[in-house]
Amino acid sequence: MASLELKNVQKTYPNGAIAVRGVDMEIDHGEFIVFVGPSGCGKSTLLRMVAGLEKITEGEILIQDKVVNDVTPADRDVAMVFQNYALYPHMTVRGNMSYGLKNRGFAKDEINKKVEDAAAMLRIGDFLDRQPNQLSGGQRQRVAMGRAIVREPKVFLFDEPLSNLDAKLRVQMRIEIKRLQRRMDVTSIYVTHDQTEAMTLADRLAVINDGRVEQMGAPMELYSNPATLFVASFIGSPQINLLPVKLSGQSLVSGDLSIDGFQDLPADKELVLGLRPDHLSLSADQAGSSNSALKIRVDIVEQHGADNVIYGELIGAGSSMDGEPVEFCVKTGQANIPDIESILDLHFDVADAMVFLKETGSRLK
Amino acid sequence: MKRVQFEHSSIPYLFVAPQIIIIVVFFLWPAAQAIHQSFLLEDAFGLSTQFVWFRNYKDTILSTAWLQAAGFTLIFSALVTFLSLGLALLLAVKANEVIRGARTYKTTLMWAYAIAPPVAGLMGNLMFNPIIGDLYKFLNAIGWDFDHKLDAFDASFVVVLIAVWKQVSVNFIFFLSGLQGIPHSVQEAATMDCRSPTRRFWTITFPLLAPTTFFLMVINITYAFFETFGIIDTTTRGAPGGATNTLVFKVFQDGFRGADLGGSSAQSVVLMLIVLALTVLQFRFIERKVHY
Amino acid sequence: MNNVNWRLLTTHLVLILGMLFMSLPVWVAFATSTHSAETILREGLQLWPGAHFVETYRQVLFVEGGVMKSVLGTTMLKNSLILGIGFAIGKVIISMLAAYAIVYFRFRLASFLFWVIFMTLLLPLEVRIIPSYEVVSSLGLLDTHVGLIVPLIASATGTFFFRQFFRSVPDELLEAAKLDGATAWQFFKDILVPLSRTMIAAILIIMFVVGWNQYLWPLIMTTKEENYTLVIGIKQIYQILAEGGELPQYQKAFALTILATLPPVLVVLVFQNWFVKGLVESEK
Ligand SMILES: Nc1ncnc2c1ncn2[C@@H]1O[C@H](COP(=O)(O)OP(=O)(O)O)[C@@H](O)[C@H]1O
Ligand SMILES: [Mg+2]
Repeated sequence: MASLELKNVQKTYPNGAIAVRGVDMEIDHGEFIVFVGPSGCGKSTLLRMVAGLEKITEGEILIQDKVVNDVTPADRDVAMVFQNYALYPHMTVRGNMSYGLKNRGFAKDEINKKVEDAAAMLRIGDFLDRQPNQLSGGQRQRVAMGRAIVREPKVFLFDEPLSNLDAKLRVQMRIEIKRLQRRMDVTSIYVTHDQTEAMTLADRLAVINDGRVEQMGAPMELYSNPATLFVASFIGSPQINLLPVKLSGQSLVSGDLSIDGFQDLPADKELVLGLRPDHLSLSADQAGSSNSALKIRVDIVEQHGADNVIYGELIGAGSSMDGEPVEFCVKTGQANIPDIESILDLHFDVADAMVFLKETGSRLK
Repeated sequence: MKRVQFEHSSIPYLFVAPQIIIIVVFFLWPAAQAIHQSFLLEDAFGLSTQFVWFRNYKDTILSTAWLQAAGFTLIFSALVTFLSLGLALLLAVKANEVIRGARTYKTTLMWAYAIAPPVAGLMGNLMFNPIIGDLYKFLNAIGWDFDHKLDAFDASFVVVLIAVWKQVSVNFIFFLSGLQGIPHSVQEAATMDCRSPTRRFWTITFPLLAPTTFFLMVINITYAFFETFGIIDTTTRGAPGGATNTLVFKVFQDGFRGADLGGSSAQSVVLMLIVLALTVLQFRFIERKVHY
Repeated sequence: MNNVNWRLLTTHLVLILGMLFMSLPVWVAFATSTHSAETILREGLQLWPGAHFVETYRQVLFVEGGVMKSVLGTTMLKNSLILGIGFAIGKVIISMLAAYAIVYFRFRLASFLFWVIFMTLLLPLEVRIIPSYEVVSSLGLLDTHVGLIVPLIASATGTFFFRQFFRSVPDELLEAAKLDGATAWQFFKDILVPLSRTMIAAILIIMFVVGWNQYLWPLIMTTKEENYTLVIGIKQIYQILAEGGELPQYQKAFALTILATLPPVLVVLVFQNWFVKGLVESEK
């Protein structure tokens, strides 16, 4: 039984802006789904339609097989954590967490018990009598979560809940959210524009672009098998290396470069070759049946500790998608610290290379 | 507006009802009445009325008395606005500079806001009283043949002085809060770029205060037109010979004392147009400010 | 160094002169009010308090015929308080309700009604004095508190103020409350009103002062002496002084100006921060 189902959901705002252009998905009970995509792509709109905060222009949303299009937010039995937390500033933590229960007519004892249990789970038991402005960002975040979980809703909704926290706290809270969700076993939808957050949290993630779901699947599936150029470049950090090419015989050609080993591609179309930084290596033996047509002139070396990321201009290549010199990046072990301006050979396995149709972004190989 | 709103059929109407009802009964209806009456002429006994088109306007607005009042109101407003803004700006800039005693200065400069114009009027009136008023005696002692009961200039001097006095504190409060709203970093950057404090004031601070100044100008003109009624009514009452009549005071005089309903209504309608013009001015500016 | 000191000195000098300009008249009014009529007539205005404080203020406040023909100072004080407080509270209630409807509800006439409220800015009392008087008189509301207060509280300033404030309240608060199952009334009472506490306080203070200082409306509304506010009493005393007669009671006139000034000034001084905030915010 699907816990949540979207059928051809569309949204046009009163001012004519089309935010969502037809989304279908089925979400199972207990799944952690992440909507990821660039800012303005319609993720929040989609989430808010699930919450009942925005009217659905077209299509249906079903929660546990019941159409909820015309059900009020309160009656949908969903809870939401907002980016700015939206805590009631004049109420204590306890007041914030119990407000929804009070409005639903729970008895005082029961409310107290639920609030205290939730507070203990989130380790905010000591702050129950404080007001939000007496709490740190991380603590407020927990209270916002607490307000959501006391209600034991059918669905949890998160709209960029971590983007107001500093980097370290964000990682910490990310883990905590995941743990909590496992433990409560509640179907959850989480919206973010941050692909790392998406990859690490999701059971399945939906990459959204311009109001449509480009691809939905498990994080690793999207990483290694992206359906479109957009997904390939949105998922993965550092970003996938892209090189506009044309097919000539069995080679892909860009400027003076010619890369062998490609068949069954359309000959007269503009193509884009995609190579992930971790599929490139500096020595031939690491990369299976190796192709070594590419060379870069080292520009910057970023040392991340466990590994290094080397950036440099691709020698002999034509121009990039936006008409600049092509820059490639390689992920290597920490021992590799090449000199600036030195020239490196890049090796890769043709099997790892992806090829997209430039015009539509669809994947050919 | 809000991204999400409540959707109800009746509740919002219930909530706005009190205000709307009062507005209709006490604002719109009387205003319509005033417009209506401005086209009517009533005979001396109030027995019959006649629709006379713009005759009331012609008779009153073109009368020397009205034109005199209009002239005085213009000069009066200009003086009150300019002087009270200038004085308030000077005081606000200085109060913003000091650290020691800042709070005392601020308090003593703003508290006159709470004094009603007619109270200020009576106080001033007593200060200029020929029998006990030391200001009256002082001005005469320094060789100014001062008599506000007989001399139009002297009477104007008194009402302008009181009106300015009463208005300085409001302007001071807004200027000071405007000054305090200028980010410290901007002031610090200016200190590094420009050595002369005076030049810094006119090139950085004053332009940044422009929105406040413009807003206050509208407020002050409105004040001088309307709220000074209480001051005029407790000092000169238009004397000598209508030389210190403001338009509002004249409407009141003609309507209540003179019982010239049509003429007074015509004057009211002209005042409505003036308020409209002031409001348009204010809102055009606010719109412009949004673009900045 | 020297330069800086001179600047500082002139700064303080300007401020002290400003302070004297703003405060000295009121001080003189007070000092003079504590002298006897004879002294004032003989010596003019006074800079230092005299010995007649108790006598004068007792006469003005508690003795029939002490200042007006019959009404006591305390009665006028009471009337002023009723006007100030009634005006402030009425205004806050009416404008909060209207602003709430306009900001938080989607309804058909919303923008039309907003413009109706806006219209009040174009129609200050001064431009509709006589017809307003006629309306109130035909409703039989002359010389009543209702007739005095209600027509004054409907102007747009308060509504605009709360509208502005409500718009600055984060959207997510309503959304969270909706998910928490709050109704429109619950959201207003549980969240919006408590959230507006400081705003309400600020506007109450401003409006108390504005209400207390009303002049034109009470002037035409009240015909009986027992309904005079202190500010209207000022007008009467002006009349009496203008008419002359025996020994003019200047000290009582001054005492009345002090009594009419003191309560709003105290409110402004005691709640200075709220007052400034309310004033500056409400005019945005
Ligand atoms: N209330 C609204 N009215 C009109 N357009 C809106 C509204 N909210 C969002 N949009 C538009 O819809 C699109 C999607 O917005 P949103 O769902 O907030 O994007 P995201 O959360 O992915 O950044 C954007 O182009 C945005 O400008
Ligand atoms: Mg968003």
